[in-house]
Amino acid sequence: MRYLPLTDSDRAQMLDVVGVSSIDDLFQDVPKSARLSDLVDLPKHQSEQAVERHMGKLSAKSVSAGSVPFFCGAGAYRHHIPATVDHLIQRSEFLTAYTPYQPEVSQGTLMTLFEFQSQVAALTGMDVANASMYDGSTACAEAVVMAKRVTRKTKAVLAPGLHPHYAAATQTLASTLNIQINERDCRPGRDDHMIDHIDDDTACVVVQSPNVFGEIIDLRPIAEKAHAHKALLIAVFTEPVALAAITPPGEQGADIVVGEGQGIGVGLNFGGPHVGLFACTQKLVRQMPGRVCGETVDANGERGFVLTLSTREQHIRREKATSNICTNSGLCALAFTIHMTLLGEAGITRLAALNHEAACDLADRLSAIDGVELVNDTFFNEFTLKLSKPAAEVVDALAEKNILGGVPLTRIQPDGDAHLLLVCATETNHTDDFAAFETALKEVLS
Amino acid sequence: MNNQGRPTSPTALNAVAPHTVSGSKALDQAVKLIFEVGDLETTGIDLPEPKGGKSRLGANARQGTIGLPGLSEPETMRHYVRLSQKNYAIDLGVYPLGSCTMKHNPRLNEKVARMPGFADVHPLQPISTVQGALELMSELSHWLMTLCNMPAVALTPKAGAHGELCGMMAIRARLDADGQTQRRRVLVPESAHGTNPATAVQCGFTVDEIPASGDGRVNLDALKEKIASDPDTVAGIMLTNPNTCGLFERDIIEIADLIHAAGGYFYCDGANFNALVGRVRPGDLGVDAMHINLHKTFSTPHGGGGPGSGPTVLSDALKDYAPVPYVVETKEGYDLVEAVDSDSFGRMCAFHGQMGMYTRALTYMMSHGSDGLRQATEDAVLNANYVQASLSDVMTPAFGGVCMHEALFDDRFLKDTGVETLDFAKAMIDEGYHPMTMYFPLVVHGAMLIEPTESESKQELDRFIGSMRHLAEKAKAGETEMFKQAPVYAPMRRLDETQAARKPVLRWSEPEDGKLAAE
Repeated sequence: MRYLPLTDSDRAQMLDVVGVSSIDDLFQDVPKSARLSDLVDLPKHQSEQAVERHMGKLSAKSVSAGSVPFFCGAGAYRHHIPATVDHLIQRSEFLTAYTPYQPEVSQGTLMTLFEFQSQVAALTGMDVANASMYDGSTACAEAVVMAKRVTRKTKAVLAPGLHPHYAAATQTLASTLNIQINERDCRPGRDDHMIDHIDDDTACVVVQSPNVFGEIIDLRPIAEKAHAHKALLIAVFTEPVALAAITPPGEQGADIVVGEGQGIGVGLNFGGPHVGLFACTQKLVRQMPGRVCGETVDANGERGFVLTLSTREQHIRREKATSNICTNSGLCALAFTIHMTLLGEAGITRLAALNHEAACDLADRLSAIDGVELVNDTFFNEFTLKLSKPAAEVVDALAEKNILGGVPLTRIQPDGDAHLLLVCATETNHTDDFAAFETALKEVLS
Repeated sequence: MNNQGRPTSPTALNAVAPHTVSGSKALDQAVKLIFEVGDLETTGIDLPEPKGGKSRLGANARQGTIGLPGLSEPETMRHYVRLSQKNYAIDLGVYPLGSCTMKHNPRLNEKVARMPGFADVHPLQPISTVQGALELMSELSHWLMTLCNMPAVALTPKAGAHGELCGMMAIRARLDADGQTQRRRVLVPESAHGTNPATAVQCGFTVDEIPASGDGRVNLDALKEKIASDPDTVAGIMLTNPNTCGLFERDIIEIADLIHAAGGYFYCDGANFNALVGRVRPGDLGVDAMHINLHKTFSTPHGGGGPGSGPTVLSDALKDYAPVPYVVETKEGYDLVEAVDSDSFGRMCAFHGQMGMYTRALTYMMSHGSDGLRQATEDAVLNANYVQASLSDVMTPAFGGVCMHEALFDDRFLKDTGVETLDFAKAMIDEGYHPMTMYFPLVVHGAMLIEPTESESKQELDRFIGSMRHLAEKAKAGETEMFKQAPVYAPMRRLDETQAARKPVLRWSEPEDGKLAAE
């Protein structure tokens, strides 16, 4: 087997050194009834070529986003990722290293984490950020749990425009921790009304902007009301590129900002791995979950970086830890950092402008079709359409025509308005894609 | 360049490491942060000029700069290549971090993960357009369930600790469904990984610690007492097997029976499943739930701290409570159940888990096959025992007898030398190795947990053993200073972690006399 260096004569010599006669002797502590004498019922080993062929066939059974006009968003976004990013994250020293527990031989990972934290803090307009979470939805759930810890209150108010999967992941974690969550009416144009739910028992208000419908929400009045009741404002985003175009949540009074970083540096990957971003104010830093990298000096006085504030974490605090999180999304954070470095201020600003322009163009074209109504007053690169036919049927009909034409709201919110379609355009869309979408949608709706 | 006629001939010098103006040391290049070398104008990506139409951003369009420095492509490449070279990696040498399973990461797995039908599909595309991706998930499930002899697997958990959460949530959901809401006590051995108690608490349970016995395993009498003290409150047990001392829990079937008889469930932490694959199936041990770290056992790369993936196998008792989404096979093909039905405890994350890890893990499993997986397990266990046997006369194994996939030593052999486990670990860096896991598990004083994995050849192990013996002898010979100074050959000397925690500096900020993009 190509991955196993030991030869049979090595094995025999080594068993000798150990002082046992066969490999079975090393499994002597396993109860007899649980010892497998035969191979499990699975195929035997295969060559690289054979496995690659099998996987290639499976891959070909899906329609990849790059092969058709593609307009899906709703929490995962298709952007162009420079070849440099994928090359660098595949370097052995990044790819095959562990969590940087030994800083003297992990400065590569640690320094990029420090850059990552600095970029995330800048983008969100917050004081500090951690070294990443699993994804945006789990970061959101952890933020709500953190708000309970900080405020010692147990009511969380989730905005109607919060991505339904984020709300569900939060609900799951909250359910066992006695955090009460409000009923949500997942419709566009409702986020302003949530102010009415905030009272003295509220630990946090969770608002997404741009929200799942693409609407850009003014967080300031919500922050004001939340702070008046000693509650925290948790601002959420699912598209990091949007933050280059809109006022950052940190400038609107957010106490915690969480979101999905996938849009920078990380592919769609059918939903994972992605990379959760988590930022907060300096005041709350010791209540933040997850790994954090900090600056220090070495024995020679040279600047270096280490994992720090570990007294919050499970391996030190065990049952008193701020979270059970251990592994985060290191390699995706690295991809984010490299892509962001390539973009820089000039690049990310332009990328955001191109995305917005594409979405404006598409929204104009589609909303001119009979039976299509643009719901949004504001949006960045995704918007919601109200269709004359159920959106799920329309999307299936578009798929028949080889167009991936967005996400029906009911896919993520089964009891939502069946006529709403969430549509996204990015810099990866060509004008031809828009024309194809326009023509196909006309046909499907006629 | 033609350098013929100018051959170098080394002359013996009293080598004193010279100070360099650049701060670099030959291949070890000095690197500044991007914030110190980049600026706001430079970009490494050519994008077309926006046409500048009417904005629909409303009143919240961004004013002012973000503060993100950019670099050109060659500068970016060089910056991160230089940084990468300051990392130790499996591809460089022995990385014997106990319980972390740093095995070889085959590059075929990387290639497959990047195939467009896996990497470039959106999680919310119509089901008819993602049949290949769903088939892969279904195949992976089949392999995991077969290797575990368990009837169900929840794929979505995004890491080991997330898998623990999944299993414990399922247990809680089942208890609640049965009206057993008073069962909130989870028994956790004191040798457990920190995520176990943290997870139990995150699921609303309380933790009751079980002491270890003298041989590094669960103290069965203590366990019986803990159960008997109030059997109606027992929700379950969280037990790692092989445990964190690298030992198989001999009484595991009896432990499972005791927990079940008391009305609780058995959560097995599968972090060490790589010691069992193909030789022992958790389903035959009475396990109700177990997460599998695809990034350990099935070699998806650790990536400097993730992404991981923690699919969780579930018993008949728990399978109806599995989280959404999950794949089902229908007459028309594969489908995804995404809406929360009656029994599911809910949703753990936005989409369908870590597809990129599923592809890598399945590729790894198919490459090995049933025979290769079993051989890998045996080689991992043999390598660990070989290291333990080869060092037992100069170091002190924490417990007698054979170990499983990792060898645990304590610090008795360092007694009165002035050298501590930490110093010993740092000296290993100078020898060219990544240190083993240290000070874990907590039940062993000055613990050193060595997991060589099956990826090491005998030759490489012999070299490693030679270094370890050398260091042990140096320590005993009183060469304390060498250990206290170590490492001296690493890119950095020992770092001040106390200072980092006391006054945390967690992001770059502009120095008072300078400004980003001043030019």
